[in-house]
Amino acid sequence: MSLSIANMTICEAIALLEGKQCTSVELVSVLLNEIRRIDGTLGAYLSVDENDAVSQAMAADKARSEGRKGRLLGIPLAVKDVLNVRGQPCTCASKILQGYIAPYDATAVAMLRREGAVLVGRTNMDEFAMGSSTENSGFKITKNPRNIAYVPGGSSGGSAAAVAGGEAIAALGTDTGGSIRQPAAFCGCVGLKPTYGRISRYGLTAFASSLDQIGPITKNVKDAAVLLGVMAGRDEMDSTSVDVPVPDYLTSLSGDLKGMKLGLPKEYFVKGMDPEVEAAVRTAVEVCGGLGAEVVEVSLPHTDYAISTYYIIATAEASANLARFDGVRYGFRAAGAEDPIDMYGKTRAAGFGAEVKRRIILGTYVLSSGYYDAYYLSAQKVRTLIKRDFENVFMQCDALLTPVSPTVPYKIGETSSDPLRMYLGDIFTVTANLAGICGLSVPCGMSSQGLPIGLQVLGPAFREENILRAGHAYESARGLIRYGE
Amino acid sequence: MAALDKETTDKIDVAYVARLARLYLADTEVQTFQGQLDHIVGYMKKIDELDLSNVEPTSHAVTLQNVFREDVVKPGLAVEQVMANAPAQVSDQFQVPKIIE
Repeated sequence: MSLSIANMTICEAIALLEGKQCTSVELVSVLLNEIRRIDGTLGAYLSVDENDAVSQAMAADKARSEGRKGRLLGIPLAVKDVLNVRGQPCTCASKILQGYIAPYDATAVAMLRREGAVLVGRTNMDEFAMGSSTENSGFKITKNPRNIAYVPGGSSGGSAAAVAGGEAIAALGTDTGGSIRQPAAFCGCVGLKPTYGRISRYGLTAFASSLDQIGPITKNVKDAAVLLGVMAGRDEMDSTSVDVPVPDYLTSLSGDLKGMKLGLPKEYFVKGMDPEVEAAVRTAVEVCGGLGAEVVEVSLPHTDYAISTYYIIATAEASANLARFDGVRYGFRAAGAEDPIDMYGKTRAAGFGAEVKRRIILGTYVLSSGYYDAYYLSAQKVRTLIKRDFENVFMQCDALLTPVSPTVPYKIGETSSDPLRMYLGDIFTVTANLAGICGLSVPCGMSSQGLPIGLQVLGPAFREENILRAGHAYESARGLIRYGE
Repeated sequence: MAALDKETTDKIDVAYVARLARLYLADTEVQTFQGQLDHIVGYMKKIDELDLSNVEPTSHAVTLQNVFREDVVKPGLAVEQVMANAPAQVSDQFQVPKIIE
């Protein structure tokens, strides 16, 4: 038989493997061929270890022949280059981590391995996950597979491009302010940001510790539910992971929305957003209504303050987290330093790219003496108000429907000289990270130019089943989207 | 609350803050960042519109306190695994430029 990875989902691959219609080695070989064929154009991967992937696949096939089980046995997956995968590079797309080899597995990665997954390669991203277009990678630009003149979104742009471009079945991303949901929307795939604390962050190179979450980027909602089920749970190695029971997310995918109340936050449908985005999202809302959901208008009054709040908190935490990159213990070290202070300054100057430098300076500034109260402490107070907004609306409804991004994908190079303009594009996604709630991005149409548009479904903390159910029912009713036509 | 240093908060001293962050910047970078960061900091001041006098700060979305583990010794990474990534080393120790004369 001839295998095609392009539209293959995890669930379809599992069925093929269980039905003995193919082996994991065959699956991985086809995938590696596709990467060789496509990735020169798309630039989704930073590193692929072919021999290691094939030996993992052989081990999975052997385990299957011995009757061993695993929810992902033999399934090849891609991982964003910010997560430690033992024995493989983990650069965070930064020159400062060039040459670093991960000495251990991130917990999320270890949980995929425990279920038999084959880890094929590590995907490109904005350096240290700072950016919304993957143009800030220290190594290369990733292209949007739906139209290679456009950005794939970011920061998990490599993962989204690999999945949408047919060179991965599914991938992991991370989301600090929309970095899973927005690239999924830009590339036309599904992205899930779980609740803060749902998945262990151990082994995830920290950008903003109170906002970061790991999550899946997949071809459909069901696959996202499968991967969440594998990775969710309390981990002793991450004291912020929470001991909340992990439900069987697949049973929540009922296919209808009967009895569900969905809120439309009026602040997420505002002047200035792309009319094609608004039209596609409004059409999706009607589809949800037709599936039995009751749709109500709600209000999140502090939405307008979210970008300021987010960029103060995220840069403050980043400036502290990135202090560890000093050239002493790992990664790049600049030559010719006279003393350690000189070594830090030179190493960081040569190792970090422009966006990372900007955010370190901004974060150091808002934490510095005399400015801490005005910026950082105030932002933490606004965070309370934003969190309260969500607590209030989730007393009225089970989930919210919004756009993922106010725009469709833009051309490569279009916003890279105007950082504030890029930050403002995160307005609909940063709120979920500030409030610690869960969010899902599901394709809901395309622009007149054939570029993808995403629907965001936001849910209360630890109620991923709500947004998976809504996203799955909508996706099933929506039908196929043929991008570029 | 946000009344403090109202006139001095308007401009960020990029070169000084970069020194605090142990980050050398070229003169051209200082210039570029100055314009961009003034623009961004100006936008961030939007939160001054809000009355925050009776609002408690949120440092984490999930309130957790005193997360402890059993006080037992557990294996960590082996020395050679840790040292494998060192840019420079001598006898299992990280080597850095001389600190004291």
